[in-house]
Amino acid sequence: MALLEIRNVTRQFGALKAVDDVSLSIEAGEFFTLLGPSGCGKTTILRMIAGFDLPDAGAILLDGKDLADTPPEKRPLHTVFQSYALFPHMTVAGNVAFPLEMASRSAEEIAARVKEILALVHLEDKGASFPHELSGGQKQRVALARALVNRPRLLMLDEPLGALDAKLREQMQIELIALQRDVGITFVFVTHSQPEALALSHRIAVMKDGRIEQLDEPSRIYSYPRNRFVADFIGNVNLIDATVVEVTGHGLTLDATCLGLVAAPPAPTAQAGQAGVLALRPEQVRLEAANAAHDLKNHFSGRILDFLYIGDVTTYVVELANGRRIEALLANAAPGRAHFFEIGAAVRVGWRHDAGIFLAD
Amino acid sequence: MATQRPERSTRWLVTAPPFLFLLLFFLVPALIMVVASFRHPGEFGGLAPLFSSRSGEEAGLTAENYRVFFGDWVYFEIFLRSFGVAALTTVLCLLLAYPLALLIAHSPRRHRDLMVLLCVLPFASNFLVRVYAWMIMLGPFELLFTPFAVIAAMVYVHLPFMILPLYTNLEKHDPVLLDAAQDLGADGWRRFWRVTFPLSLPGVFAGSALVFIPVLGMFAIPEILGGIGDWLVGNMIKEAFLGVRDWPFGSMLSIMLTVCVLAVASAAAWLARRGAPGHA
Repeated sequence: MALLEIRNVTRQFGALKAVDDVSLSIEAGEFFTLLGPSGCGKTTILRMIAGFDLPDAGAILLDGKDLADTPPEKRPLHTVFQSYALFPHMTVAGNVAFPLEMASRSAEEIAARVKEILALVHLEDKGASFPHELSGGQKQRVALARALVNRPRLLMLDEPLGALDAKLREQMQIELIALQRDVGITFVFVTHSQPEALALSHRIAVMKDGRIEQLDEPSRIYSYPRNRFVADFIGNVNLIDATVVEVTGHGLTLDATCLGLVAAPPAPTAQAGQAGVLALRPEQVRLEAANAAHDLKNHFSGRILDFLYIGDVTTYVVELANGRRIEALLANAAPGRAHFFEIGAAVRVGWRHDAGIFLAD
Repeated sequence: MATQRPERSTRWLVTAPPFLFLLLFFLVPALIMVVASFRHPGEFGGLAPLFSSRSGEEAGLTAENYRVFFGDWVYFEIFLRSFGVAALTTVLCLLLAYPLALLIAHSPRRHRDLMVLLCVLPFASNFLVRVYAWMIMLGPFELLFTPFAVIAAMVYVHLPFMILPLYTNLEKHDPVLLDAAQDLGADGWRRFWRVTFPLSLPGVFAGSALVFIPVLGMFAIPEILGGIGDWLVGNMIKEAFLGVRDWPFGSMLSIMLTVCVLAVASAAAWLARRGAPGHA
């Protein structure tokens, strides 16, 4: 049995369906992420799991038991809030002891558990500090410790890394993964940041307009997006509108806008005449000098319009003869060289016949 | 560094007028009072001259007033009663104002200003008129000239001074803190005592000071609504100046009251600092 089951849950605010008939189940020990743009309903789902909001239809079950009549303070689930919500009038130790005091634990147990959890989040010397004396990353750790100390069945994290700078966020991501593995508690993570979701999760539910667009493992969501929205939302992608011309055992022939006929890998439901989009990741696009020998089925000439030097990689924007733009990603293996191609250089872009994925509309 | 000079001069320009005003009309009179409390009363009110040429007339400085004050239990009793009335009024104001301030702070934003306005509306009519209104109201119930009448009117008059600082404080609380407390297992009662109330302590202390201190000096309410046994320090001071015309004695009483108020206020400030370390 799943630890948490969300069964056909709908939540409506006036005319707006914030959550629209969503079903999903979360297994014990899982790092589960709700990913989507703001307003997609992910925070509403979190608030309903926590008990601050109730579904208009459907049910939320914990260990097979309906939570509808359990108020938030009685649910064995804790939340790490986006703003941390640390009590400003309590010390770090006081904050962390709070859930244990609410659960009427003995003074000795509280002292021991607070000490143990503060050590786990590397804050053993900050017990007597007040929240306003801490840095953003330290506040984040206190919020985590406070939510974990009473060992909830499920820990919910609402955009917890949003307020941190890039370097610290990356470090906290690594700590979060390690922490989740150490404590063995199920995490439900809410974020609008797709790299964060890909890096942290066992499974991701990509949401849009109150519905789940795709629920899968990170690598499958990245490689096999189910529709145009997911392909576009996760990572960078070239989206090329196309119509299916022919379906064979080896793949598809597409008539792509501005490009003409291109070969694409097989898609199980594709039929001749179907309209859709060819989603092509920039790292699948090969970029070569205009006169280089090649063996690619799909190739077009163009010139470099612009490039973005990131450090480890460079993203090139190539404009084809007919005005269509394609993004290509090249690793910068050669040291001391910012880029291989100058702006305006004539190049050839191409991709393998089995690269990309056709998504019917 | 060049920008600091005009800044400093601007600061002085803005703060000098109130500073001078307080110096002239608060500090100087206070010092005059201190000196007056050590002088002899004049024959027909006012003060006896410091240096006298006439024989038999009292002149110079004396600590007689303070000897009288510390030598008679009646003054201690009236001071104690005044502090008791002030404390009781403060507690009653707090009990009445807290739920109301909480209600306003949790109301929709567009209703809050109207509710605050309603709380301060009594200020639109004259203070004495409102006290006389209590006289008319309490008369038929045979409650006039009783301690009840004094306390009821004291609470009524000072209630807005408690509501406003409490509301100002409660309105600033981040509602997510209550969500967090509830999420971590606190029921409504414990959310209030562990989060809302401790965070509101600065407002509680501010409101208490704004009620406690004026009540100590109040003489109109006990005089109009109270019996002879309900006299407070304020009545005694007023009587010393206007009734007996013993200015030095009245000055001494005022000084003693000021000293007591300062002691209470600094104790409250100290408590407020300790009670809310996060806001210090």
